[in-house]
Amino acid sequence: MFAHESSQSRAVPAHPWTYLGLVLARVTTFAIDGLASRRVAVEVDLRSGLPAFTIVGRGDAAVRESRERVHAAVLNSGFAFPQRRITVNLAPAHLRKVGPGFDLATACGLLAASEQVPASNVDRWAVFGELSLGGDLRHCRGVLAVAQGARRAGIEGLIVPRECAREAALVDGLVIAGAASLVDVAALLRGGRVPDLPADDPATGNRSGEAEQLDLGDVRGHASPIRALTIAAAGAHNLLLSGPPGTGKTMLARRLPSILPPLTRGEAIDVTAIHSVAGKMLSGMSLVQRRPLRAPHHTISPAGLVGGGALPSPGEASLAHHGVLFLDELSEFGRSALEALRQPLEDGVVAIVRGQRTVSFPCRFQLVASTNPCPCGMAGSPRCQCSESDMARHRRKLSGPLLDRIDLLVNMQRPTTEHLRASALTTSEVVLGAVCEARERQALRLRDTGLLTNADLTPRLIRDLVRVDGAGLASLHRSYENGDLSARGHDRVLRVARTIADLDGSDGVGASHIGEALGLRQHDALDGALAA
Amino acid sequence: MSACDACLRRTALVASLSGHIERARRNRRHISELLSLSDERLLSALAGDRRGELERRHLSFDADVARARIDDAALHALCRHDRSYPGQLAQSADAPAVLHVAGDPGRLRALGHDDMPAVAIVGARRAGQEGLEIARGLGRGLAAAGVTVVSGMALGIDSAAHAGALEVGGPTLSVLAGGADVSYPASKRALHRALIATQAVISEMPPGFCPVRWCFPARNRMIAGLASLTIVVEATERSGSLITAELAQDLGRAVGAVPGSTLAPRAAGSNALLRDGALVIRHAQDALDEALGIGVATATAGRACEELDGSLRALLHRVEDGCDTVEDLANSPAEAQVVLCGLSELELLGFLRRGPAGHYVRRA
Repeated sequence: MFAHESSQSRAVPAHPWTYLGLVLARVTTFAIDGLASRRVAVEVDLRSGLPAFTIVGRGDAAVRESRERVHAAVLNSGFAFPQRRITVNLAPAHLRKVGPGFDLATACGLLAASEQVPASNVDRWAVFGELSLGGDLRHCRGVLAVAQGARRAGIEGLIVPRECAREAALVDGLVIAGAASLVDVAALLRGGRVPDLPADDPATGNRSGEAEQLDLGDVRGHASPIRALTIAAAGAHNLLLSGPPGTGKTMLARRLPSILPPLTRGEAIDVTAIHSVAGKMLSGMSLVQRRPLRAPHHTISPAGLVGGGALPSPGEASLAHHGVLFLDELSEFGRSALEALRQPLEDGVVAIVRGQRTVSFPCRFQLVASTNPCPCGMAGSPRCQCSESDMARHRRKLSGPLLDRIDLLVNMQRPTTEHLRASALTTSEVVLGAVCEARERQALRLRDTGLLTNADLTPRLIRDLVRVDGAGLASLHRSYENGDLSARGHDRVLRVARTIADLDGSDGVGASHIGEALGLRQHDALDGALAA
Repeated sequence: MSACDACLRRTALVASLSGHIERARRNRRHISELLSLSDERLLSALAGDRRGELERRHLSFDADVARARIDDAALHALCRHDRSYPGQLAQSADAPAVLHVAGDPGRLRALGHDDMPAVAIVGARRAGQEGLEIARGLGRGLAAAGVTVVSGMALGIDSAAHAGALEVGGPTLSVLAGGADVSYPASKRALHRALIATQAVISEMPPGFCPVRWCFPARNRMIAGLASLTIVVEATERSGSLITAELAQDLGRAVGAVPGSTLAPRAAGSNALLRDGALVIRHAQDALDEALGIGVATATAGRACEELDGSLRALLHRVEDGCDTVEDLANSPAEAQVVLCGLSELELLGFLRRGPAGHYVRRA
C-alpha cells in the first residue's frame, strides 16, 4: 500500500530501476517451530541510498549469512542484483528464525521487488529452501512440517528443493513444485508449468537409514532371549538384556524392529516429521517406513536424549518415536540423562520449555536396555571376582525410576559351539506373524480404552481386563508372599502374563503364563536386600 | 534386666580408650588380655599422657546419663551381674561388662539355657554364590530346629546366615562391633531393621559408637563365646573368621567348617581348619548333630523332590547337574517357554532360587 502511494506521489520513471522510491515485495515462507511450522512473511524493501543488504527479524547466524548466499545465487543465476539499499524483514519479528530455509524466500522477494518476476504470482506460492552460491536449491530439514503449515495456512502451492518434493507431497491438498535451482523457481513464478514430482527412487525412496533389514535368522542359539524378545514385541514391553560382553545383546536389540508390526501411514508420517525436523532424512527419502531404532552412546547429554537446544530440536527419544530406543550399557549412562528420560517414558511426550514457549515432541518408544550382570561381567561363573558390595553398587547404579518401567529381564549366556554351529531357531517373518496376531487381540480387548498394547495397561485396567485363573493366582500370591515380588512387580508380571496369553491365543491367563512371566521378572529391590 | 553403675562406667572407659586400645594392639598386645584388666590397670596401661584427664572423667562418670542415652537409642542394657547375662560369656575374664541389646532382649535370655545352645556361622565377606547359599541353608536349618544362629551381620556369609534364619522366623542373634543401634555395614540397613524387629542385635559398645579396627576381633570373641559350635563357611587364609574359630577353640568350644573347593582361594582358610581337625559340616543336620547330640533334632530338609511330578523332577535334576540356565535347558523359543515356566514353578515350591545372571541355584 505504502509503496504504491509513494510511487504515485512522484513521477514514476519508465524503468523501475531508475527511480528512487520504495519497492516492497512480500513472500510467504515458514519457520520451523518444534515439529510444526509458523508462517513467516519475508518483506523486501528496496530504497535509494548507498547499496546495502540488511536482514532483520531475529534471525540466527545462518539467516545473517544468508545475505552472502542470496547475493551470489541471484547473480550466478543470471539475474540482476539491485544496487540499492535492501532491507529484508522476517515477520513476525518476535519469532526466532533459525536455519538456511529462508534463503529462497529472500531471493524470491528480491526478484519480485526488483520486478524480475511478477509480484502477483508470488502471492500464490509459499517457498522454502536453502540456496547454494551457484543458485541451486539444497536439501533442507523440516520440509514436511513446512508443507503441513502451508496446507493449514490455505496456501495453494509450495515450492521446495526438488530432493524434498516427495517428502512435502506426503501432505494432501497442496500443489508441490520441486525446483532444482533459483532459475526454475523464477520460471514457476513467471507462470511456468509445475514439474512432475521426481520418481520414487527404489534405491533411496524407502530407506530408513539402515542398509538392510536385519533378521532374527542371523541369530544362533539364544532360545530364551528370542522368546523374550517376541513377548516384548507382542506387548510393546520395555526390555532389559543382561549378559556378559559379547553375548549378542546388541545384535538381538537391533533385530527388534524387524519383528514389530509395520508402521501405519499415520505413524509413518509422524516419524517422518520428526526425522525431517531433526535433519535425519536422507536426500531423496520421502517416507520413513521402517520402525526407527536409535542407539545413542552412553555419553549422551540429557538434552541429546530427550531434546533441547536454544531452538528446541528433537532428541534420541523422539527420533525413536514409534520405534525402539536402545540404551547399551545402561549403567554407564549419566544419572541426569536417565532421569530426564523418566517423565517422557511415562507420558510419551517431551515438553521443552524455552522462555514463554513450550515445544513438545512425541516419544512413544519401546525401551531396550542392556547391561553387564556385574562389574566384571562374569557373574554366575566361578571366575566372577565381584564381591557382594560390588554387586550392590552395580545394582544401585542400575536401579532407579527407569527400571520401574521395564517389564522384562532377560539373562543372556554365551552361546555354546553347538549353538553356533546349529541352524537359526526362527526368522523374523515367523515371529512377526505371531506378534501381529497378539497385537490384534490386544487392540480388540483395549478398543474402548484408547490404548493399543498390554505395556500401557494401568493398574486399574489390569484389574478389569486381565482374567487370571485359580492356579495362576495361586502362583502369583505365593511369589508375592515369598517376598520375591514387590507390588509394582506384581503388576508387571500380570502385564507380561497377559501378553504371553495373547501370544498363545488364550483369552484367560493361566498358571503357565504366570509362571513364564515370573521367570522373566526383574530382580526386585526386595530380592537381595536382606542377603546375597 | 538392668546394668549396674560400675559396669556402665567400665563400658564408657573402654569406649573412651578405644583409640589407645587400637594403638596397643598394633604393638602386639592381645585384645583379650587388655580387656581382662581392671579399670585402674587399663588406665595406667594405656592412657599415657592423658591419664589424668581420663581418670577424672572416669571418676565423675554419671550412670544416669548413660542410661538415658541407652533409653534414647531404644536399647536395653544388662551387665555381668544381671541374672539374664548369658552364662557362656560370663565364664571368661574378658567378658563384656555390659551388653546393649536392640530388639527383643528375650532372645538373649533364651541363650542362657543349656538345652538350646547357639551356633555361630561366620565366613568371608567376599563370598561366592555357593558359599552364600550354604550359609543361608545352615541358618535356615539351624533356626528351624530352634537353635539360635549367632553371627556378625557382616557382608557375605554372616548376613546370609542371618537371612536364612529370618526366612524361617527362627532365633538369630547378631553381634555388632559398633553400637547395637547402628547398622554396620550401612548397606545392611534392611537386615538390621529386620533383625531388630523380631530378633536381637547386641553389642558391648555404647549406643552410637562407631567401630574401630580392634572392635571386630573383640566382637568375634563374643560370637565365639556365645556359641557352643562355631562354623566357618568360606574363609581365605587370612580371614577374620579364623580368629573367631581360634577364639572358640581357646574357649574349648567345637569348631566346624564347610569344605570348599581346594582350588578356590576363598575356601583355603576353611579347608585348612578341616585339615587341622575341625568338624566337617556338610549341611544343617551335621551342625545339629554336633550342637544337640546325634539324632536329637532332624533338620527339616528342603522338600524332597519325590513329591514332584516327573517333568519337574527331571528339570530339577538337570539344574542340579549344572545345566542351570534357561539357555542350557532349552533349544528353541518354544522349549524356553516350557522350561522357564517349570523353573518358576520350582522356584515357587522352594527348590530353586534365582541366582545372579540367570543361573538358578538349588536351595540348600
